Amino acid sequence: MPPSEQGSGAGIAARGAPGAETDVGAAIAHDSAERHVRGSAAYVDDIREPAGTLHVAPGYAEATCGRLRSVDLDAVRRAPGVVAVLLASDIPGANECSPSLGGDPVLADSEILFHGQVVFAVAAASRRDARRAARLARIDVEEGAPAVDVEAGVHSGRQILPPYEFRCGTPRDAIAASPRIHEGTLRIGGQEHFYLEGQAALAIPEEAGEMYLHSSTQHPSDVQRLVARMLDVPLARVVCECRRMGGGFGGKESQAAQWACLAALAAHVTGRPAKVCLDRDDDMIMTGKRHDFRVAYRFGTDDEGRLTGVDVDFDARCGCSADLSLGVVDRTMFHADNAYYYPHARIHTRRVRTDTVSNTAFRGFGGPQGMLIAERMMDEIAIRLRLDPLTVRKRNLYGPGRDITPYGMRVRDNIAPRLIRTLERDCDYARRRRDIARYNAKAAHLRKGISLTPVKFGIAFTLKHLNQTGALVHLLTDGSIQVNHGGTEMGQGLHTKVAQVVSGEFGVEAARVRITATQTDKVPNTGPTAASSGTDLNAMAALRAARTIRSRLVALAARLYQVDRADITFGGGQVNTGRRSVPLAELARLAFTERVSLSSTGFYATPKITWDRDTATGRPFLYFAYGAACTEVTVDTMTGEMRVDRVDLLHDVGRSLNPAIDIGQIEGGFVQGMGWLTTEELVFDARGRLMTHAPSTYKIPACSDVPADFRVALWESRGNREPTVHRSKAVGEPPLMLALSVFSAITHAIATLAPGRVPPLDAPATPEAILRAVEALRD
Amino acid sequence: MPRTCIRFLRRGEVVELRDVEPDETLLEYLRLREGSMGTKEGCAEGDCGACTVVLGRRDGDRVRYEPVNACIYLLGMVDGRELVTVEDLSAPGEALHPVQAALIDHHGSQCGFCTPGFVMSLFALYHQGRAADRAGVNDWLAGNLCRCTGYRPIADAALASCTGRADDAFSRRSARTAAALASVDGEDDLFVGDEERFFAAPRSAASLSDLYLRHPDATLVTGATDVALWITKQLRRLPRVIHLGRVRELLRIDREGATLVLGAAVSYADAEEALGAVHPDIAEVLRRLGSKQIRAAGSVGGNVANGSPIGDTPPPLIALGAELELRRGDEVRRLALEDFFVDYGRQDRRPGEFVSRLFVPRLEPGQHFSCHKISKRFDQDISALLGAFRLSVSAGRVVDARIAFGGMAATPRRALRCEAALTGLRLRSPEAWRPAQDALDRDFRPIDDMRASATYRAGVAKALLAKALLEAGGTPRSETRVVGAEAERA
Ligand code: FES
Ligand code: FES
Repeated sequence: MPPSEQGSGAGIAARGAPGAETDVGAAIAHDSAERHVRGSAAYVDDIREPAGTLHVAPGYAEATCGRLRSVDLDAVRRAPGVVAVLLASDIPGANECSPSLGGDPVLADSEILFHGQVVFAVAAASRRDARRAARLARIDVEEGAPAVDVEAGVHSGRQILPPYEFRCGTPRDAIAASPRIHEGTLRIGGQEHFYLEGQAALAIPEEAGEMYLHSSTQHPSDVQRLVARMLDVPLARVVCECRRMGGGFGGKESQAAQWACLAALAAHVTGRPAKVCLDRDDDMIMTGKRHDFRVAYRFGTDDEGRLTGVDVDFDARCGCSADLSLGVVDRTMFHADNAYYYPHARIHTRRVRTDTVSNTAFRGFGGPQGMLIAERMMDEIAIRLRLDPLTVRKRNLYGPGRDITPYGMRVRDNIAPRLIRTLERDCDYARRRRDIARYNAKAAHLRKGISLTPVKFGIAFTLKHLNQTGALVHLLTDGSIQVNHGGTEMGQGLHTKVAQVVSGEFGVEAARVRITATQTDKVPNTGPTAASSGTDLNAMAALRAARTIRSRLVALAARLYQVDRADITFGGGQVNTGRRSVPLAELARLAFTERVSLSSTGFYATPKITWDRDTATGRPFLYFAYGAACTEVTVDTMTGEMRVDRVDLLHDVGRSLNPAIDIGQIEGGFVQGMGWLTTEELVFDARGRLMTHAPSTYKIPACSDVPADFRVALWESRGNREPTVHRSKAVGEPPLMLALSVFSAITHAIATLAPGRVPPLDAPATPEAILRAVEALRD
Repeated sequence: MPRTCIRFLRRGEVVELRDVEPDETLLEYLRLREGSMGTKEGCAEGDCGACTVVLGRRDGDRVRYEPVNACIYLLGMVDGRELVTVEDLSAPGEALHPVQAALIDHHGSQCGFCTPGFVMSLFALYHQGRAADRAGVNDWLAGNLCRCTGYRPIADAALASCTGRADDAFSRRSARTAAALASVDGEDDLFVGDEERFFAAPRSAASLSDLYLRHPDATLVTGATDVALWITKQLRRLPRVIHLGRVRELLRIDREGATLVLGAAVSYADAEEALGAVHPDIAEVLRRLGSKQIRAAGSVGGNVANGSPIGDTPPPLIALGAELELRRGDEVRRLALEDFFVDYGRQDRRPGEFVSRLFVPRLEPGQHFSCHKISKRFDQDISALLGAFRLSVSAGRVVDARIAFGGMAATPRRALRCEAALTGLRLRSPEAWRPAQDALDRDFRPIDDMRASATYRAGVAKALLAKALLEAGGTPRSETRVVGAEAERA
């Protein structure tokens, strides 16, 4: 039974369906599901430790920033169980774990850049010993005054990269000439990834200076590169393996490397295996988060609420280094339009440096923050013009003759208008909006709000060279298939989908395909598993490898059985030659005896993308993924508490490779986005220390925050217009932004208190933020 | 002679351990000693549920299964219980347990790291003997965080598999297990270690008071839900630990006339029914105070004794006029609960003295009671503030008020000025409530922290008072609350 029938109302058609010989498109379970529920799926900390494994704990200073005067580690060295203490001076090669632009030392050298930056590490017999010892250091810092928030960063005038801007038309003139001009500011909070498995790595020293790493990373190739550079050995001496992650969400794209480096350094110095598994609080303090923003916007509309020009200034808090902020904030710009046409636009960004942990990738990669501004503008127009916000949204969508984005790409695959209309009808938007108005007219203390918002999300890495990967496929002589590819499994079901795609090529069940752990010595030189592109890239590379083997088998069968190649098909575990059918295993054995290779690599690089950042021209995305969400909330205007009553999601995944996995991404992404915009609040104190560094103070959504009335459906698609793998679409990130409807519904609920006035609601909409907005309207 | 080893039931066998560190956690035992890697560490502070295991305890000739957080459960506290972990539900290669199968059928795992914890919470729910409904599932899963799925498939799996009819290897052998537990959990005192380092779990109040008099510096725990964080987060060593969870007298729930008498070691879970009978809002406070895991381990007595300014049970107990009994050696004294909290981190408790019982009076006719908790997340979150109100109303006027707040001062405290200002107030005239609301500004000077600003706390305290007055005046809770409205008093 498709899972949808269990209450989500989702329309999962079990495609790949009756009589179909392959699992492509079928709602099969995650390939590790059984091991997950049995507790036998191994994560880094579960791997049986080689004898003598040391445990490494990081140590940091009390100070937030400033010059390191002295580091006294005597007490640390004397502590029970301590085997080695590591400092920057122990690093033989480069003290650097930045993904690109530098500025992220593995161990602080002469300067502390943020509170929690690792200064030294202790390797000890047990984790408890290592952690206890790490607290005994005396670190003397000539403390500077930290710039903590984005204002302070702007004020101090430091930017980690030069400002960057998209401009189309003459926005300022267009706005000035508009019948209505709006302006405002919005603060958007950051977000902690809170992957359930903290950062972890195990390094095992091997012969000839080789280092073998098990790392919970989205980017094994970069771990390999950084460890090799740190140890000053050729990349060929380092192998990185990742079986699976207990969640990544971007937090293990660049920022898994430091912990692998520390483990490798300890292993290098002691000659013993060494493991780093960060304690949750350390993890939250020491690793970067979603960028928080301060945004100022100004825009004009006509009397119908259609945008005439948009002028937005995004200030992003990047923290102490560049990390991935170039691409993250670019993506904010690429998505500042969401699904709306801006006839004239200026989209300006500053990447503000602060003395805080370096912010990093997080599902959506800057896109959500850009899109929130677009939705805020829609709400603002509707409130000021006293229109239904959905009417305003529809009027502003891309459409014929209005299809060029602010960065010059033509939107060719725009299904947003149809998708919105479908959801509007299916969720009974109009009637519910009327009911809510009636409820609010009578309610004294509680207010309801509803909002329907679209998502349009560009698919491809905007850094062109990352859009490539490889795969390695082996057909074994018993007919089983082993696949390795450059992507990593973090729960998104990538391995399951790749197995489905490969199984389809050979006409066997997906269960016949075993995806092995991601390993840099099997498929080298890969990009990160990120940008939602894991399946687009890796399933395509695996498909190509599988096709190579298949075409060899076809040639062989044609020769052996004297049939036409075109008549040979694969299905039901058999190879059908027209005259007879042989089990795949038998043909594989024949191929072996005939000395035909049963192994192949496959390579894929995304076509058509031509973006050139320097000139801000070209096409950054292969296609867009679309979706829409309608959320209804109740707000307590006395306390600011808020409850989500009902959610309807409709999302476009092209032709689904696995509807169950896609629905899982959609629901999970939505709830994660809802957390970002509601309960998840990062609080730093004036000295730049994170106060919410544990789940006791940082609140991701719990089960009861998800409404019982949660309806999810896949858009009935005829398939991606671009030639992606089986015409599917990427699904990792786009659904997160469906949660913008929650924020917008809260805005609606508050706005009913004072018609015509825009609630100054900032994100996240905690009870306190909501109450502040309520009180602002009451003044 | 006390017993010198802990004893528990594991996979049908009795395990006896003599080498138990007083501050060793159950999670350390499982992962480091047993090598059972199915149970995960996600936070080591009792907030994520990745480490959830299930403990069976004897309940007559049956076994009662409760989930706990292994990361903050002391190994010694497992004494007398059956310990069940994810590996035990189905043998490798054999059929899955119904909750495991349901999770797969509903696509309830993505990264899988949270999954063993969910499996164990569902396993305990499966054995509750009642079909789960959606609200019940939310409550059962409040202590299990999942960052991937958005919970819907997990909740669906719970509804599909936890139908109230347990039929698994555990239910089939429950009579045998109960018998085995009876022999494991003796009537003797437990003392593992020596005078310098020990884990002790006395069986009687007399043994407890003797032991504590000899070791007034020992750490007392019932569920260790707070103390264990000293170990896992502050990395403190606790050389001497006395566990109250076996002390017979402290586990009793009695009545003295109209007064409920609650032993200090009665778990939240066990107290739920009795306290909920005083008023459903207290049941809701208990429900939101912590997850099932926390409530199975922690106790009201511990919450009170701990003296935290943000403990959730003191404000309603103070508003009800509860009293506390303390014992030291053979000396017993009783005091009003509000007098116990002297200052931040300081309670009226002498060395060697322990909280033994709580006396909770009933509500009289004409008394309206309500509690309001404010937190960023509804479930399993620490209060920014919590207000509890007992208003005696006669002829539409407040004739007497007892009000207590948590999160508004260094201790849970009464709002005496506000109480005074309320006397004589008409419930029907909200315009006249202002002085009582403003009195709260003189009662409290709240702080700014990561949970809320002082301004928010001060403002919302007034709003909560208004809610209490509205509700006392008959406004239905569906108009005053976004959650907990179901707890309407019949
Ligand atoms: S590890 Fe998070 S609750 Fe135990
Ligand atoms: S499946 Fe990843 S945290 Fe639940």
